[in-house]
Amino acid sequence: MAKQIQHLDRVAIRFAGDSGDGMQLTGDRFASETAILGNDLSTLPNYPAEIRAPSGSLHGVSSFQVHFAAHDVLTPGDSPDVLVAMNPAALRANLADLPPNAEIIVNTDEFTPRNLEKVGYTSNPLENDSLDGFIVHRVPLTSATIAALADFEVSKKDAERAKNMFALGLLSWMYSRPTEGTVEFLRQKFAKKPKIAAANVAAFQAGWNYGETTEDFAVRYEVKPANLEPGTYRSVNGNSALAYGLVAAGLRAHLPVFLGAYPITPASEILHELSGYKRYGVTTFQAEDEIAAVGSALGASYGGALGVTSTSGPGLALKTETLGLAVMLELPLVIVDVQRAGPSTGLPTKTEQSDLNIALFGRHGEAPLAVIAARSPADCFYAALEAARIALTYRMPVILLSDGYLANGSEPWLLPDPADLPDLRVEFATEPNGPDGKFLPYLHDPHTLARPWAVPGTPGLEHRVGGLEKADGTGAVSYVPADHDLMMRLRAARVEAIDVPDLEVEDPTGDARVLVLGWGSTYGPVGAACRKLRERGVAIAQAHLRHISPLPRNVGTVLAGYDRVVIPEMNLGQLAHVIRDRYLVDAVSYNKVNGQPFTSAELETVLEEVVRND
Amino acid sequence: MTEVPLKLTAKDFRSDQEVRWCPGCGDFAILSAIQSFMPELGIPREQITFVSGIGCSSRFPYYLNTYGMHSIHGRAPAIASGLAISRPDLSVWVVSGDGDALSIGGNHLIHALRRNVNIKILMFNNRIYGLTKGQCSPTSEFGKVTKSTPVGSRDTPFNPIAVALGAEASFVARTIDSDRKHLHSVLRAAAAHQGSAFIEIYQNCAIFNDGAFDVLKDPASRDSVLVRLEHGKPITFGASGEKCVVREPRGFGLEVADTASVPRSEIIVHDETVPGPAYAFTLSRLSDQDLSNTPVGVFRRVARPAYESLVQEQNAAARTGVADATPDDLLAELLHTGNTWTIR
Ligand SMILES: Cc1ncc(C[n+]2csc(CCOP(=O)(O)OP(=O)(O)O)c2C)c(N)n1
Ligand code: SF4
Ligand SMILES: [Mg+2]
Repeated sequence: MAKQIQHLDRVAIRFAGDSGDGMQLTGDRFASETAILGNDLSTLPNYPAEIRAPSGSLHGVSSFQVHFAAHDVLTPGDSPDVLVAMNPAALRANLADLPPNAEIIVNTDEFTPRNLEKVGYTSNPLENDSLDGFIVHRVPLTSATIAALADFEVSKKDAERAKNMFALGLLSWMYSRPTEGTVEFLRQKFAKKPKIAAANVAAFQAGWNYGETTEDFAVRYEVKPANLEPGTYRSVNGNSALAYGLVAAGLRAHLPVFLGAYPITPASEILHELSGYKRYGVTTFQAEDEIAAVGSALGASYGGALGVTSTSGPGLALKTETLGLAVMLELPLVIVDVQRAGPSTGLPTKTEQSDLNIALFGRHGEAPLAVIAARSPADCFYAALEAARIALTYRMPVILLSDGYLANGSEPWLLPDPADLPDLRVEFATEPNGPDGKFLPYLHDPHTLARPWAVPGTPGLEHRVGGLEKADGTGAVSYVPADHDLMMRLRAARVEAIDVPDLEVEDPTGDARVLVLGWGSTYGPVGAACRKLRERGVAIAQAHLRHISPLPRNVGTVLAGYDRVVIPEMNLGQLAHVIRDRYLVDAVSYNKVNGQPFTSAELETVLEEVVRND
Repeated sequence: MTEVPLKLTAKDFRSDQEVRWCPGCGDFAILSAIQSFMPELGIPREQITFVSGIGCSSRFPYYLNTYGMHSIHGRAPAIASGLAISRPDLSVWVVSGDGDALSIGGNHLIHALRRNVNIKILMFNNRIYGLTKGQCSPTSEFGKVTKSTPVGSRDTPFNPIAVALGAEASFVARTIDSDRKHLHSVLRAAAAHQGSAFIEIYQNCAIFNDGAFDVLKDPASRDSVLVRLEHGKPITFGASGEKCVVREPRGFGLEVADTASVPRSEIIVHDETVPGPAYAFTLSRLSDQDLSNTPVGVFRRVARPAYESLVQEQNAAARTGVADATPDDLLAELLHTGNTWTIR
């Protein structure tokens, strides 16, 4: 039977099933096939908070969304065009996210009275009208897989477990994905169990054939490759990009990296990844708590390493006293905060941007430091390098803000040539710098306002540092009022002295009257919303902040050029507060604090409203 | 590198800072003992770093002409751990008080000890919060009247030696501010030890807890309460050795007996190197809050690899062939390891 081929510009697919159904793997494989085909893509997993939720339950549903297109992709997609539902729980948990006419592929075998009852379905949604308005493909995924593997020497349980590969095969057929990569992947994954490998490959192929031969699937889709820059790519999520970035920073600085960390969701993977990079000059230290984590990192920086600590909100709260010390000591330190929804334990697996205030202001006394934010998963790499650049050049703690959305989301990343990355080499002090051969540990460079980094082991530069107020230059403890006044102002000036690139504005037509100003992970959805508005002829300008402390010097001028400034944030207006205070601009603050990232559709509506009312 | 032997003196270890403790404070004696001990190490000044927390005692680094950091309350062991792990070439010392080490910093103390990081922790125990002007501390005696406990504290104190032993410390010792010779002997043993050393130094706070350790210092009383531990020697004390330490008839503990009334073979011969911590623990329990039968000296000194050397071993194993690669080569290797694809 000849199948009709339909071309699409973009598609978002969500694979959803029970935690034990292997949905992350399935989605990840689909994403890999898609990447190799040359589409641009973005993915986002969604796991249950519980480690082992009861099977078949609503809160045990695990899903993975892949958004891919023939053009560049900014987000993992607002709502999926296709839902693969491996059981009733997966259908029920995800149905509300589907737009009308979405395609649903359901595993009919799992729609037993018992499973339906587990998730509160009083009647079978496959048999009543509740799925009217969707295109439903009823596929007996489990039994079809078992039948396809009848001649294989695997247990019934192992055969059944291969149903995710059947589903992957079917979707791969539907979207004309290349299959060699998955076959190779399965052979390698089960290299020690060739029979299981063969069964999974067969299930994958059976899924493909099912699409090819079953009348239910009359249409096959194609999404042309995007016009991606040539080069070698890999898929990275925010946490691994950040870990790579820290390694890169150490190598580009010719310094060892020391990570002190205490496990916390969603930052732990940074510790996990870096603990595997000993070869690249990294030492990791799982400390007894976050205070020790940052303390050990500061101790390592004092000794001449690039000290780093990674955490999430509750851990950042514990680190604050040590950050005050780091400000006083004027030593390099990178603090990574992968934000999650707070306060307190909050929603540990959900995303939020609510740590901007603590990053900017969360220390006693006035203890200013640098704060920057990453905007996309792959951008976490460059953000880590930038954090290290500021820390090393200006000898100060730098807070790098990521969040759960960036940490877990992934996208293809064009691998940079290391030689093109910033040169981060620094010079340690080796000689006395004062009159009559004295060493002045707090003599500041006139341009960077950085003090010498004199590490233990350097003869002749023995000196004492500490948290007590000190005199400029000598660094000697001082209770003199004028010294405190001077040092307070100097510490503030040190942050302002950081060289930060100007804020860039994207406004293709140049006649926008409304500017949307963002920071951090909202970059994707804000960009996608602006793109859609412009496609419809609505002019809008977009600017996105990497540096929040200090702010780029041109921010005031940029803001003054627009009638209206909109600041969307996943908090209740923390950046808006700073902008209003600093530039006296009556910015419109648009907020979302339900643990979910913005969708581009909601931003499109909000921004359009501001433009229309302007 | 020049091979000229170092000839430093106590004076070389004095910084230019004016020492600001109260007259009569035991910290002076400890400072002077350490300044006179340091040259003995034969380590150049620049290789030595003192890290302290907050408290009167923690002002220490300012007065020593080595590298030093006066950090924040309780956190010195954590900061020193990061320094020592990333710089195994340094000699790293921590100076702390009883509140700093056992109250706010208790967590860092026990974890540094269990890891056996190569840091020497000197805890000045004056059984009071000095810097904050006289509140009770985690080593103040039960019932002690202080500013914060006007009708007597209701807190049971820690026995610092027992805490350190419980934390898997490989070297645990106690000494007294005023006994320079003894202090030196303990510092010497600690410096020679691989890994963490915990040294409790009884220190007089002349202002808020004056005379707390007089019973251990007063020639009239000290011999009858001070149990001087010496490796390989039977544990006897008293002016003429009339008291000794023997096994308890019940349980696993030790107790004090009259030397005359027990056979010589039953007197415990002190052994710092007993592998299990139980022996040292029972020794630590000989003394009570009233300082009767107070052992001083090295309780425990067992060989265990220092944390840094274990970390270095793992790092070295992972870094085979790295010496020939440039940092950029290494970065390229990392980025291209695993699943990549190429777009043409
Ligand atoms: C976070 C914090 N809490 C409280 C204090 C106040 N403080 C300073 S020193 C100290 C106790 C010092 O006692 P101890 O460690 O025994 O040292 P000593 O002064 O007796 O040598 C306290 C509570 C502080 N500096 N920082
Ligand atoms: S208060 Fe006590 S411990 Fe502090 S300096 Fe004075 S005498 Fe010494
Ligand atoms: Mg004290």
